[in-house]
Amino acid sequence: MTVSHSDTYAIEAKDLNVYYGGFRAVRDINLAIEPRKITALIGPSGCGKSTVLRAFNRMNDLIPVARTEGSVTFHGKNIYDADVDAVEVRRRIGMVFQKPNPFPKSIYENIAWGAKINGYRGRMDDLVEESLRGAALWDEVKDKLKESGYSLSGGQQQRLCIARTIAVKPDIILMDEPCSALDPIATLRIEELMKELVQEYTIIIVTHNMQQAARVADYTAFFTVSPDRTGYLEEYGETSRMFTSPTSRVTEDYITGRFG
Amino acid sequence: MSQSVSPPASFEQRSVDLRRRPRTGEALIRAFLVFAGLVSVLTTAGIVLVLIYDAIKFFARPEPTLQGFFTGTVWQPQILKFGIFPLFNATLLTSAIGMVVALPIGLMIAIYLSEYASPRARNILKPVLEILAGIPTVVYGFFALGFMTPLLQSIFGKDRVEVFNVASAGIVIGILIIPLISSMSEDALTAVPRSLREAAYGLGSTRLETALRVVLPAALSGISAAVIVAMSRAIGETMVVAIAAGAGPRNFVNWGNAVDGLNFLNPFKAAETMTGHIVRISGGDLSYQTIDYDSIFAIAFALFIMTMILNIISRWVVRRFRQEY
Repeated sequence: MTVSHSDTYAIEAKDLNVYYGGFRAVRDINLAIEPRKITALIGPSGCGKSTVLRAFNRMNDLIPVARTEGSVTFHGKNIYDADVDAVEVRRRIGMVFQKPNPFPKSIYENIAWGAKINGYRGRMDDLVEESLRGAALWDEVKDKLKESGYSLSGGQQQRLCIARTIAVKPDIILMDEPCSALDPIATLRIEELMKELVQEYTIIIVTHNMQQAARVADYTAFFTVSPDRTGYLEEYGETSRMFTSPTSRVTEDYITGRFG
Repeated sequence: MSQSVSPPASFEQRSVDLRRRPRTGEALIRAFLVFAGLVSVLTTAGIVLVLIYDAIKFFARPEPTLQGFFTGTVWQPQILKFGIFPLFNATLLTSAIGMVVALPIGLMIAIYLSEYASPRARNILKPVLEILAGIPTVVYGFFALGFMTPLLQSIFGKDRVEVFNVASAGIVIGILIIPLISSMSEDALTAVPRSLREAAYGLGSTRLETALRVVLPAALSGISAAVIVAMSRAIGETMVVAIAAGAGPRNFVNWGNAVDGLNFLNPFKAAETMTGHIVRISGGDLSYQTIDYDSIFAIAFALFIMTMILNIISRWVVRRFRQEY
């Protein structure tokens, strides 16, 4: 891995280890994410890719037994330092989850809520429209903003969750298998959306779907799992190179479908 | 003939019997379960019928009138005054005081347990709450009389706080229903999917914002149900009020007297609730067939109507506030 000034990266994990109780879920992850690019984290089940993703905005803090070692540098600061507020971290590093999880509130409120708690003072109507447009959802919902977020289809709900995330104006958007609960057409729309969003945001996506990684990601990090069930980063690089000439034998086996 | 794969030989030869076969065990269990369900329905129906029958018997007597029952301000069977208001008022007072105590504390406990407590703290606190719920109400009654009343007297003065008073009983009723509210509300809160909390945290919300503005609204229907069940419980609570609230109705000469200086709301004076009155009359040496005795069925029927209305409201509230997620 090239070592360079960390400010040039959007976020950088160094010697990252995450434990659940006594179990080491991932070991010694060194991963520097390029800004305004899409980075895909791929690998077989249990390789710790979601754990690493959740380590990027301290989401693992919510699991009582989880413990993190090493550092994750964001804007020159290790987000695991004692004086760092996890709430502030998550405000700047948003997250989109596997299953669409809109709030049981109206479509409008779904967008406005996050902005409100973060002290947004501008015109809420404008922000809601801008965010929904940003998530390519505006035209479909502009006449029913008062309806429940749950009245939407799965794909629309996921775009609503993306809209909700960008309404807070984060630097980075983490996506944890955002399309795994969606049909292929909805998946395609999310992928198109990601390609637009990446002009403004850094996107890190965990996916089980290698074709998806190949389609959308600029960079791909391949994780795998050692016999003691600990996940680690096997190979990381530009997606085009990873998929055509992987340096690691394990990567090649995974990408060509020999396991996983 | 469409294409088909010929089945393996072993499949062709096996004979298959699809006829229905008798399952005695299944039928027996089923009958038993239906019976169990019927027991509760029939018991309820029986109680209601007895109540209605005796209440009608009471009103069929020459002295009590429906109008007097609802508008009178004196309940004194000895002189044939049957105004429900003094008893009803005492029930409302003790229940309201109880709810004022129990609702905030119970809700805070529930939020603490579901959103803040470490597993260890939860493992300690929950059994303690269950113990609180398991204490016999007669103990609570003497707790009210022997602890709460002296406490109130030392705070507000012995001249203002009577030995038997509504406040003491009401506060202790509150303590008694805290476990009910906290455990039902906690169930409602923990039933809110983790994904909603993660969504909130992922947007940079704090624990408090997540608890109060995402989890609590999502659990509102369950919490309202808890509140209404607790209210029914408070209204129906008997032992505490029988021991600590007073041994006679707080009668008023007339409505003017009741409203004057909000007399009827004074929590530091004695008053007898509907349940308290019923238990005193039925436990005394009054003979059956007297008008005093019949009158308690009228009270009981009124009590039944009150809790039934609360139950109906609760069902409506649960439907009305159900948030889909």
